[in-house]
Amino acid sequence: MVEKAITGEKRAFMTGNEAVAWAALAAEAEIMYGYPITPQNEIMHYWTRLAPKYGRKFLQTEDEISAGFTTCGGVLAGKRAFTATAGPGNILMQEAMSMAEMLRIPTVVVVQQRGGPSTATVIYSQQETTLTCFGGNGEGLRIVYSTSSHQELFDYTIKAFQIAWKYRFPTFVLGDGYQAKMRESLYLYNPEEKGIPLAEPYPFLGQEGRPGVEREPSHLRNTYNTEEELYQIISRYVEDYERMTPEVVEYQASDFEDAEIVLIAHGIVSRAARAAVKALRSEGLKVGYFRPITLRPFPVGKLREIAPKAKKLIVAESAQGQLFKLVQEALYGETVPLEPYFKPGLGITSEELVEFIMF
Amino acid sequence: MAIVPNMPRSWRVETKPHKFCPGCGHGLVLKALGEAIDELDIQDRVVFGCDIGCSLLAWDFFNVDIVQTHHGRTTPVMTGIKRARPDRICIAYMGDGGGYAIGSQHLVNAATRNEKITAILVNNCNYGMTGGQMAPTTLPEMKTETTPYGRDVEETGYPTQGPEMVAAIAREGAYTARGTVANVRQLKNYLKKALQNQLEEKGFSFVEALSGCPTNWSTNAKATWAFLEENMTKYFKVGEVKVPVKEEE
Repeated sequence: MVEKAITGEKRAFMTGNEAVAWAALAAEAEIMYGYPITPQNEIMHYWTRLAPKYGRKFLQTEDEISAGFTTCGGVLAGKRAFTATAGPGNILMQEAMSMAEMLRIPTVVVVQQRGGPSTATVIYSQQETTLTCFGGNGEGLRIVYSTSSHQELFDYTIKAFQIAWKYRFPTFVLGDGYQAKMRESLYLYNPEEKGIPLAEPYPFLGQEGRPGVEREPSHLRNTYNTEEELYQIISRYVEDYERMTPEVVEYQASDFEDAEIVLIAHGIVSRAARAAVKALRSEGLKVGYFRPITLRPFPVGKLREIAPKAKKLIVAESAQGQLFKLVQEALYGETVPLEPYFKPGLGITSEELVEFIMF
Repeated sequence: MAIVPNMPRSWRVETKPHKFCPGCGHGLVLKALGEAIDELDIQDRVVFGCDIGCSLLAWDFFNVDIVQTHHGRTTPVMTGIKRARPDRICIAYMGDGGGYAIGSQHLVNAATRNEKITAILVNNCNYGMTGGQMAPTTLPEMKTETTPYGRDVEETGYPTQGPEMVAAIAREGAYTARGTVANVRQLKNYLKKALQNQLEEKGFSFVEALSGCPTNWSTNAKATWAFLEENMTKYFKVGEVKVPVKEEE
């Protein structure tokens, strides 16, 4: 049994990467596989310092392809295994995550978005939204939590393990370089003490007993021979995903009842959006706020409830319309106009949003 | 009365006859492996991973736990399992394309780290499942679908010599050998030693098996064996390349 990393509740002031490492410890993650890339490196740095004290393991792999596939291996072996990456590393990781989708391997990946395309910047962006939601040659059967603070990085990293293992879809915590590198205060806690359930792992391979004699062997494959065979499998997965959706979908919404304008943002930009809405309200403007926390599955229902009451929706993001497309898809058939506020690879402040809306 | 052939205990009879082409060497490699698993009595500890390419057809071959992975990625999946569950005996089974081309970085780095897994690579000088293209192991002048006039070594380099490469990289404690389906008893011994090496946690173990591909070579039985035993062995020397030094008594 793994030793408890945290007991009681502790106030801390730390970087987001450090918060993720503590969250993985608190979630009783047993092994991390990783490859260096900025801005996620310190997740590994803190994990490698803390892990041996609590009997946890680490493997530095040769690249993110290997980090993704070794993570799949760790999960198949029945461990709470995870990895972390960013940017070009996130691209390479998609190959393993498509296998995770097909074999229903509950991997956990923390993504700290950096600028794109290509090597771009090591700093910040929200340009890995589409990649993280829909990467791979499949249907995007995965869960993506977009966090906006260090507390949420801690909370949702813990949750990611539990949800991944409960529903058996690869699960991502989508942060960014600001959240990774900034210091902020948060509460660290032991989830069990708060009644938050931990993931319940079990091995997919390597169970006890002689295969074919005492039990059936586990024969896992991601290759199928006929169109019909594949169609049947994928249809079942889609059904599982749709059944799961109402149970996992999360959002934040405020000030929308009488709103003429609703400001939509995700991740750290939602903090700017929220502050802007507060400032605009104090000026007497009827502005509302909507933030999807799960980008996959997307909180379609709530958005469709809010949107028709407004005269205009504004989508603000540090990308050229990746959230915008999700919103558009969710609102198909609605006539409320959508206005973009796109700053690919650039941070967005509440002041500029206030100015944009007022003038 | 029908004579029941003596097949390895660890084979899964429900999935026989196997899915490989007639004359393919995979069946013989997997027979040797099955016997090695039986003799070491490790059936309930083995986790077997197979690659993409013809090797994937082994996904239900044994009464052991099996996962079929992606092209070139069996080595990292098995590494991940072994790191998480060191009590399992992890076997990564792949072809020459998977091990020496698309997955070469994984093979090289698993060898460098001396991962306590066993990699088995079937070398048949071409990409079988995709229809006979040039592989890293295609012999000089050999005709394939992507070298229709013969492999030009000036343009495409010389065939990869895997066990020699792994032996040069791997630390003390590693085991590397090249066997052939033309000598199944010897191949079985190599595989057994490789697995023994993992059981004793000495280091990485790697066995390449020379194998025939009559479908893509377009050869009859006689020509297949001639190519395997004469042409291939001139370039790919059969034998043990690196064995752990015996500990002093």
